[in-house]
Amino acid sequence: MKVTFKVNGKSETVDVAADTPLLWVLRDTLGMTGTKFGCGKALCGACTVHLSGNAVRSCQVQIGSLNGADVTTIEGLGGNHKVQRAWEALDVPQCGYCQPGQMMSASALLASNKNPSDSDINAAMSGNICRCGTYPRIRAAIKAAAKMS
Amino acid sequence: MEKIVKNEARRDFLKVSGTVAGGLALGFYLPQSRQAQAADGGSPNAWVRIGGDNSVTIMCARSEMGQDVYTSMPMLVAEELEVDLNRVNVEFAPPAEVYINSLLGGQLTGGSTAVRDGWEKLRKAGASARMMLVAAAADNWGVDASQCTVSDGVISGPGGKKATYGSVAAKAAGMEVPKEVPLKPASQFKYVGNVKQKRLDTAAKVRGTAGFGVDTRIPGMKYAAVAMAPMMGGKLISYNDSRAKNFPGVHAVVQYSRGVAVVADDWWTAKKAVATLDPRWDGGPNANLDMTGLWAGIEEASNKPGAVFRESGDANQGLANAAKMITATYRLPFQSHSPMEPQNSVADVRADKAVIITPTQFQQLIPHVVAGATGLTPEQVEVQTTFLGGGFGRRVEVDYAIDAAEISKAAGVPVKMVWSREDDMTHDSYRPAGMYKFTAGVDAKGKLQALKFHSTSPSISSRLFPSIVKDGIDPFAVEGIDNFPYMADAGMSFSYQMHDTGVQVGYWRGVSHNLNAVALEAFIDELAVNAGVDPIQYRIDMLDMGSTKHQWSGLSAGVPVGARMKRVLEETKKITKFGKKMPAGKGQGVAVMEGYNSVVAIVAEVTVSSTYDVSLDKVTAVVDGGTLVHPDQALAQIQSCINMGQGVALYSEITVKNGIVEQNNFDGYRVARMNETPEIDVHFIKSDSVPGGLGEPATAVVQPAIANAIFAACGKRVRTLPMTPEHIAAA
Ligand code: FES
Ligand code: FES
Repeated sequence: MKVTFKVNGKSETVDVAADTPLLWVLRDTLGMTGTKFGCGKALCGACTVHLSGNAVRSCQVQIGSLNGADVTTIEGLGGNHKVQRAWEALDVPQCGYCQPGQMMSASALLASNKNPSDSDINAAMSGNICRCGTYPRIRAAIKAAAKMS
Repeated sequence: MEKIVKNEARRDFLKVSGTVAGGLALGFYLPQSRQAQAADGGSPNAWVRIGGDNSVTIMCARSEMGQDVYTSMPMLVAEELEVDLNRVNVEFAPPAEVYINSLLGGQLTGGSTAVRDGWEKLRKAGASARMMLVAAAADNWGVDASQCTVSDGVISGPGGKKATYGSVAAKAAGMEVPKEVPLKPASQFKYVGNVKQKRLDTAAKVRGTAGFGVDTRIPGMKYAAVAMAPMMGGKLISYNDSRAKNFPGVHAVVQYSRGVAVVADDWWTAKKAVATLDPRWDGGPNANLDMTGLWAGIEEASNKPGAVFRESGDANQGLANAAKMITATYRLPFQSHSPMEPQNSVADVRADKAVIITPTQFQQLIPHVVAGATGLTPEQVEVQTTFLGGGFGRRVEVDYAIDAAEISKAAGVPVKMVWSREDDMTHDSYRPAGMYKFTAGVDAKGKLQALKFHSTSPSISSRLFPSIVKDGIDPFAVEGIDNFPYMADAGMSFSYQMHDTGVQVGYWRGVSHNLNAVALEAFIDELAVNAGVDPIQYRIDMLDMGSTKHQWSGLSAGVPVGARMKRVLEETKKITKFGKKMPAGKGQGVAVMEGYNSVVAIVAEVTVSSTYDVSLDKVTAVVDGGTLVHPDQALAQIQSCINMGQGVALYSEITVKNGIVEQNNFDGYRVARMNETPEIDVHFIKSDSVPGGLGEPATAVVQPAIANAIFAACGKRVRTLPMTPEHIAAA
């Protein structure tokens, strides 16, 4: 099935099976490997991207539902997004594998909540697993990013 | 068409690795491509390559799996090379003899050894390269090298002469290698110990551009998904590829040693096609394995005497004379590594050459096992190491690289084999389960007089490195207790009973510290409670200040640790106000351990609800890790260990039913998440001793600290982990 949608502001047309998860379209069809595969079951958040600005698990979104959609991935965060700056300032990543997903969840949180409390952070971030245990730094980086312009 | 499978014996990499352990039969080589690169500019030695454009590349010979070797190891080279660490290129080293980890005897990342092994070696490599570069410039100028100075890659000589490293690199490569290589004193370190130093890989990791194994793409590459026997030791009998072959985008359906693979244009197509294969399996020797039988087997084995690995005095007599005997048995479960990046490998196997690009902790082994699986020679196998999306010991195993090579060979194309999370979690080499029995004799005041310890667990090394297992003792099975730091004057006896359960076991972050020290430090708390003495003071009072050393586990310095432990415990008591009054339902617990030549004490503070749900509120760690090479990342490792230890202490376990692992994703295997993360407070003892390993020890220490805190909070002594509400209620 042919689907035309926007990824990071650029129009893309792909021709793949309609049930293909967005995750694999991004990674294998479009070659954008910043978005990670961790569980395939909405359990880990490694595949998190933005769909119309909201954080979604791309392993659960079928490409067939995305005609005309607007998707943002870690590559589209721009490199200078306040979340990325805060992550760098605090050296958040260890292995780094979960971090694109963490940053996509965090940037969606900050877009809707300028000053998240600890419990707001828990609610928004507990779907993202980090096996390296970078949670304390993620929390601190979200708070630091909230103070950046 | 229905395919009936003839089972060919899988080429057994264990035999090959046995030769690795013996240090035999290994050819080492620098792949062609590296030699070619070396010609451009110059390489004073295997660690440093300097381009004609003055670019500096430092080889990183350990795998970056989060623990910061990508920064801390080049840092040691750059410190002496006198170049700007923040501008160097870092490249993962290919397998070669020069990159062997002398603490492990192989080019292997594990055992918290990277910085300890590199501490002198890498600084000397940097200094030696610098001296050769200076010698080359001095020779050009006709002056003595002692008249030259170096700053940030520029050599200055008498009369204002200047030469960049790049301009003399080719010549330097031919200069004599210096025999005496003096190193700077710590007071002159620019990078080592610098609290402001950042990781060199963060910029890529926050932009999604760091190349993990699973991100590799090479020309002509197809994607492979697999079906492997769900039961441990199971074998493929038959499968039906008639539907899979006709999927649009499917290139091939191939059988390989472990199962069947579908090779397709993208992974999702391959995965969907795998689901149609209808494979039939012979359950093999473990087809009836379940936890009841498995624990009964451990229990039975635990009645055998085992092999004594440490003893002093007469423990039996001491127990007979004791005012009171205290016994306890701890049961610890299997655990999975489950790094966030599922196992995967790219393999391009041709008639005369193979390229393997993979996230591995053991690149040195791969040419040998891939040669064995493909009929090539090890010299024909090139290995490239990517970033690792976590490792924790899982990627010491090379199974997935072999699988990908077999699939590439059978399909006749380069493939990227990617496991699903389910494949990964059910085909791990698990942290061993085990039973840990203590019998202590104490005097009327509760002071320890005599101790017998008997552990029963599978041996990891007897599969992976059989040559290091001697007289029934696997050095990696007695860690965390063969360095028992306390005194029991009448006598002590420590024994280990090896017992294979049928579940394949592997090295898991902290290995047997995670078992022995967890049980031990919880049991010590039982003794302190019996004595009615503050548990920190109880430990301090019985520390052996003289002779404590490792008898078997060789990854620590083997020096007395009593004084270091005392200092750490005293500091811990002060910082945590240990023993302060806690509100109802809350408790503090302490534990201490020496491992990897670091001493770690942890105090956990928990809240236990009326239904025995545990919230881990705060964790304080006091760490003597010797010199901290990269302080902020030393801190990161302690934070990381605490998180992983929290998960195995409270939430997760791997169980088996009908030979099949029951947990196959993060719903069944629960790991610690953001909302469960405690406040973490880490203090490092100032030290100018050699660096200790920090990637593992705290993983073990936090677990008994939590167990002891739970006891303090609710009076339940949990001896079966994980400490779930069910296990606490049953305690
Ligand atoms: S891969 Fe999508 S949530 Fe884990
Ligand atoms: S940084 Fe390794 S999984 Fe999060």
